[in-house]
Order: sequence, then structure tokens, then C-alpha cells
Amino acid sequence: MAVVAPKRHSLFPPAVWTGVLVATALLAMLPILNLIFPDGSALHVSSFTIALIGKFMCFAIAALALDLVWGYTGILSLGHGLFFALGGYAHGMYLMRAIGHDGVYQSDLPDFMVFLDWKAYPWYWSFTDHFWYCMLLVVLVPGILAFVFGFFAFRSRIKGVYFSIITQALTFAAMLLFFRNNTGFGGNNGFTDFKRILGFTITAPNTKAVLYLVTLAALLGALVLARWITQSKLGRVLTGIRDAESRLMFVGYDPLWFKLFIWTLSAVLCGIAGALYVPQVGIINPSEMSPANSIEMVIWVATGGRGTLIGPIIGAGVVNGMKTWFTSALPQYWLFVLGAIFVLVTLFLPQGIAGLVRKLWTRRSTPRAAADPATGGAS
Amino acid sequence: MSRILILFAWAMAVISAPAYAALDPALVQPLGGEDADARVEAITKLGTLGTPEAFSILNALNEERLYATPEGRVLIVEDDKATDPLTGDKLDLPEGVDAVTINNRLRRELESALAGLRLFADDYRVRLKAAQEVQQNAGAAQLPMLERALAKETDPRVSSVLNMAVATINLKSDDAAKRKLAVERLADTTNSSIRPVLAAMIEPRADGTFAEPDAGVRAAVVQTLSRIDLHIAVIEWTGNLFYGLSLASVLLLAALGLAITFGLMGIINMAHGELLMVGAYSTYLVQLAFRRWFPAQIDWYVVAAVPTAFVITAAVGMLLERTVIRWLYGRPLETLLATWGISLVLMQTVRTIFGAQNVEVANPSWMSGGVTVLGGLVLTYNRIVIIGFAIFVVVIVWALLNKTRLGLFVRAVTQNRRMADCVGVPTGRVDMLTFGLGSGIAGLGGVALSQLGNVGPDLGQSYIVDSFLVVVLGGVGQLAGTVIASFGLGELNKFLEPYAGAVLAKIAILVLIVLFIQKRPQGLFALKGRSAD
Repeated sequence: MAVVAPKRHSLFPPAVWTGVLVATALLAMLPILNLIFPDGSALHVSSFTIALIGKFMCFAIAALALDLVWGYTGILSLGHGLFFALGGYAHGMYLMRAIGHDGVYQSDLPDFMVFLDWKAYPWYWSFTDHFWYCMLLVVLVPGILAFVFGFFAFRSRIKGVYFSIITQALTFAAMLLFFRNNTGFGGNNGFTDFKRILGFTITAPNTKAVLYLVTLAALLGALVLARWITQSKLGRVLTGIRDAESRLMFVGYDPLWFKLFIWTLSAVLCGIAGALYVPQVGIINPSEMSPANSIEMVIWVATGGRGTLIGPIIGAGVVNGMKTWFTSALPQYWLFVLGAIFVLVTLFLPQGIAGLVRKLWTRRSTPRAAADPATGGAS
Repeated sequence: MSRILILFAWAMAVISAPAYAALDPALVQPLGGEDADARVEAITKLGTLGTPEAFSILNALNEERLYATPEGRVLIVEDDKATDPLTGDKLDLPEGVDAVTINNRLRRELESALAGLRLFADDYRVRLKAAQEVQQNAGAAQLPMLERALAKETDPRVSSVLNMAVATINLKSDDAAKRKLAVERLADTTNSSIRPVLAAMIEPRADGTFAEPDAGVRAAVVQTLSRIDLHIAVIEWTGNLFYGLSLASVLLLAALGLAITFGLMGIINMAHGELLMVGAYSTYLVQLAFRRWFPAQIDWYVVAAVPTAFVITAAVGMLLERTVIRWLYGRPLETLLATWGISLVLMQTVRTIFGAQNVEVANPSWMSGGVTVLGGLVLTYNRIVIIGFAIFVVVIVWALLNKTRLGLFVRAVTQNRRMADCVGVPTGRVDMLTFGLGSGIAGLGGVALSQLGNVGPDLGQSYIVDSFLVVVLGGVGQLAGTVIASFGLGELNKFLEPYAGAVLAKIAILVLIVLFIQKRPQGLFALKGRSAD
């Protein structure tokens, strides 16, 4: 691998920068339009749309995180829903504490604990009434779990489908665990009925707008961070792991720490996405950890185009947009459509939407137009 | 001898009920009255008589054929004919009579009295059942009757149960020697409900005394308790072993097809669980067909379902292989996603056709019920049949892979696809047939699952994670590995469950597997090779 001294160049080509910034500005306008213009005005954006797009942006962060490990490093995780849900639960603990005495039983404890006849918070709920401590948990819980799990898995060189299956089993086991009432996270119902966040009413339009904007900022930040990593030398090593891991080892790299780094980072990003998701949707329950959810995340990435960063963001939007439309208009057909997306994308669109766009683009411009280094073929 | 005893017993009855005729009117009359306590007493007394006349009265009362006239006469009615049980006179049903009504309390008394009377029935099975009932809730009042029955009893099985019942009652006797004898006899009991009664006898009280005053009896109790505990433990372990074996057979049937498609062909078939479901629904359809056209042979529908399910799922599998999977060879992660998509489509198709609710698949009569072993453990026939079926399928698959031409081709393609192609193996067709075989075996698993649990569109989802774990643990391409891994997982699961609960047992097993893979990344039985990946 002849190391060409990397020229310091901008993270994105100018055209992409423009696109990203314009898209960000447009998305940022929406909640403002929602607040300024009254209902019925032509420029009014419904609160429903805001909530929906806010939700999609959380999914987009998760998709981005998954793209880092799958698209760039070739590790297919079927358990990212677990990290997403753990981030959500960590934030949910704070939101549950913030309900205070406004619950149905007006007790110090959340309703589900009263229901179980518990007298005090279990130890792992300590300090969760502090917002910043919970934010720390949002990062640490998925991070540490991913680090420990990844360390054992990568050390013994579990890879490919084996790794995928083990991650699926992991999220499945966690789902069963969280379904138990005695685990102390609300069992079946999970956390819901949140009242306020940092003292602000959680259902107020202003609070919603702020949450939306924070999510947008997080998405932008995640995109820039991911792009920065994948463009760096570290990113090259990761792509090397994806394409020829044994060759990389023979050249003298130890893939363990590279994999572990990107895997843990991805889990943390996913946790943050989950933490942003919960206050906007108002509920978190163990079904978020079901294997089906995690594998749906994978199809967002595949549809958008893995190894492209922007693709998964688009994919998350497109697939979830379709899901929203179908589950309200033709609910019995949604699974057929989702199944068809899985089959058709893998058969005919291995590079996803982004790959399709790029193909059309290069065909139109000169044949020698910069062949993008991002290749597919991760398997 | 027995006649003397009966005479003796009758004499006892005479003492307790003077002016005894065929039946004492004073005993019968309260039955038609209003006083509930008197009626209970009458029933109990009639029950201890043990005569056919008493039985016919109680039986009539139980079947609501006992009528009372306004002047207090009691009549047994049968087909508009009334009989006076006291005199045996037959007469027409008089005007103004009412059936004697019974409430729940009376019914309870009546049943236990009738159970006591059944101890004297002619059929030994009736007696055995009655004896077991009496043993469950024996009281001191029944002791004379039990002893009478015991004296008459000729069948060893019935008399052993009766002995237990007598011993249970004798535990409360005033005579220490009797109590000791009773305790010693109870050592052979298989009825664990007696354990707390015995344990309470040697429980020290606050003042240092015991409920059981006699030290010799206490020593006997300790001995008996340890015998009973041993017996309970044996039953528990055998039960765990059996249920573990049953779970293992289910896992094996679910994972065997996967071991072929994944292990031999390297295809991650996430739709495998749905193929199980298709097999289960095929069973359902065969059952419907039998109900419609061959209701007389309904018991054999399962036998017909086996080949049907195999053919249907194998056809579905081959169709999938030809249309989707063959384009994805060598790209396992893409296969995984595509087959997941297929599984969603299959699930929704079944939901559209059959509805989202579970459908009803009944065990045929020869698979329902079970055999009782060790006097307390029921091994159900359906589980036993399925364990046998799993063994049968493994043997067939083993023979197919190792003794037939197709098996030879399959192994050749697995080892070196290009070389096999070069020497003329039709790899494309072999792929299709192998995938069809794996799918068909999933169909067989579906038949088995339909006999154990619910059949619904989500059936496959609950098995997919487990069966993948079996394959991963067993090692790729190894039939023996799959068998041993499913056996190990099944048994481990059932032995952990009592201590940790079902959920924690599952999690513990997952952790164990992850740790195990640390040691042996290629599973239990790894193929030896030089490949670096």
C-alpha cells in the first residue's frame, strides 16, 4: 500500500457541501415555519410533519452509525437496535424521574414501580434525576456494552455472518430481559407518559422545535465526524479491513483495535440517536430491541447505499417515509413492500440509491471523471 | 375370613346406627330435608356403610334422580318409575314430589362418599382410581371403610394405594407404634403432597418440643423424608432430562435444515423459520382435508402430513433458490438480507390467506395423553413421538448425505465447487436440490412443531435465533455437531430454567455460547483446513 501523502482537502467536494448545507437550512426552517405561521396558512408546516421528520432524523443518525461499521468496515451488525434502545432507555430514566409526582399514583416512584409494589429505586436508578448524568449514561451504556462485546467477538476473530448472528442473538436476549417486569425498566410497557424535560413541558411546540433542531445538529455533526473519520488514514485502514482483512494483518496492522474503535463509536452514535428519539416519540419499550427492528435499520443503509454516508441518511428517510404512508393507507401491504425492498435492493441495487445516482452521474459527465474511491462489495 | 370381617364391619355400623334394617330410615330421611348439616351427616354415614343400597341412593342423589315427597319419603326415580330404597317397593311417581337439590358443599361430600363406595366396585381400574382419590383427601372417618376395602382387596396395585391412604390417616393416630408404622410405610409413597405433613412433625417448636412427641417416630420420619426427597429429586431430574431431550429434538428438527443450507452451502437463510411455518400450515391443511374427505382416518393425518409438508416446503425452497438465492452465492450478507425480505413476504402471505390468528392443529388420539413413570412424571406421547421422529430424520439425512450419489455430489460441491464443476458435477442442480432438501427438512420440523404448540404466522420467528445458535455452536457442515449442539442446548436450557427462570436461562446460554466461541471459533466440530478466513 503505497502511501500517497494525503493532500489536505475539504471533507466534501464543494457541490456536496452546498447540498448538505442547503438541505440542513431547509430542514431547520420547518419548525420555524411551524411556529410562526398559524394553522391553515399556506406556509404552515403541521406538527405531525415536524414530529415525523424529527423521528426520521434520529433513524438517519442510526443508519449513519451502521454505515460506519457495515459500509466501511464490513461488519454487519444485526443488533444496532439494542444500542439505539439503550440510549433511549438511559434518557428515558431521566424523563421518568422528571415526571415527579404527576404520575397516576402521585408517588416518588414511577407508576410501574408502584404497580410492582417497589418501595425504592433499584441501585442502577441512582442519580438518574440529574439530566447530565443520564446524558453520560446515553454515551457510556451502549459504548461499554459494545466495547466489551466487541472485544471478545473481534479478539476471537468472529466475523461475517457469525458476527451478525451473534449480534442478533444479543439484541434478542436483551429484549427478553427488558420484557421482564423485575428488570426494573417497566417491562412490556417500557417508559411513557413523559411530562417535562429540563423543566419544559415536553409536548409544547417550542420544546418540540428545540428537540428537532438539536437532532438536526446531531445529524449534521455525525455526518461530518463520520466523513472526517472515513477520509482519514484510519478510514483507509477500516476500508482495508473490509476488503482484505488477512492482507492487512500480514502488512502489520492489528485489526482488533481498529474494529473495536469504529464498533464502539457506532454504538455510541446509535445510543445518541435513541436518546434523541425518545423525547420526540414519547415512548420507549423493549420491542425496539426486537431483531426485526435491527434488521430494518440495515435495509435503510442498503437502500440508501452503503459506504456512502449520505446514502444511508436518504435511505432512512425513503424507507421510513414509505412505511409511514403504507402503514396508514394500505397496512396489509407494508410487509410485502418491505420484503420486496429487501429482495430487490440486494439483487438489483447493491450500491443503493447513492450508487444509482453516482452511476447516472458518471455516465453523463466525462468517462474519466474522478472514479470515487468508495467501492462496494462488502461481504 | 373376609365374610367375617364384613360381618364385623356391619356390626360396627349397627352399633353406630341402632334399629338397623336394610337401611335405616333415620339415615335416609334427612336427605330430603332442609337441614344442610343433617344432610351432610347422612351422606357421610351412608358413605361409610359400603353397601350396594347406600351406593344406589348416593348415586341417585349425585345424578339428581332422588326425589322427596312432602311427607318426607325419599324415592329413587328411574324412567318415571319410583323405588323406595328403604323397602324396595316399586311405585308410580306420586304427585307433588321434587328432585332433591344439592349445593356445592353437598356435592363435595357426595363425591368423596361415592369415591369411598367405589372402592368396592368390581372393576379394579375403578377401584384404583377411587383409591387414589381417597388417598388425596383421606380423613379419619374413612379409616374403617378403608380397612374394610383393604381386607377385601386382591389387586396389589390397589392395595398399595390403599395402604398409603391408611398410613396417611394413621399419622394422626394416638398410638406411637401405629404412627411409626405409618411413617415407615409412607417411605414408598410417590405422592409429594405428604411431604409437608411429615416435615411439620419434626419441625422444632419455639419451646424445644416437637409436634411429634415420640423420638422413635421422629427418627423414622427423618428417614422417610430423605427417601421421599430422593424420589422427588429423581423425578425432577428425569423430568428435566426428558423435557430437555424434547426441546433438543425440536431444536434439531429446526436446525437440521439450516445446517444443510448454511453449513453445506454457506447460505444464510433467514426465511428458514418461515419454512418451518409453511410446514406447520401444510399439516393444518392436511388435517382439514382429512376432516373433509376421510373423517374415519383422521387419526392418521399426521402420517400423511409428513410427506406433504416435505414436498410443499421443498418446492417453496427450490423456487426461492432458483429465483433469488442463486444470484447471491458468495455474498452471505446480501443473502441474509434478501432471505429476510422473503421471510417477511411469506409471513404476510400466510397472514393474508389464513388470518393473523393461530389455527387449530389437534394431536391425533394416539399422540395425546402420556405414560406415567416413577409414579409421578407424565411423559406425553406427542413429545416421545417427536423425539423418535427427530432421530428418524437425522438417520435419513445422514444416509442421504453419505450413502447416495446426490450426497456425494453435495459434499463434493461443498469441498471444492470449481473442481466438482470441472469433473462434471451439475453444480447448479445440486445447489437447487440441496436447498430443496434443507427446506424440506424445515417442513418436517414444522410438522413436529404443529404437534407441540401454536400454529400461527409468527411461528418461525421464535425458532430462528435458536436454530442459528445451534448451527454456530455445532460447527459448519457437521451433522454430528448439529445433533450434539442441539442436545446440549436443549438440556442446558431445561436444567438452568428451574434455577434462573426461562429468560435468564436463555441469556446465560447466549453468554456461554459467546464465551465458547472464544475458545473454538469454528464450533464444536471444525473442519480442518488451511484457509485463513
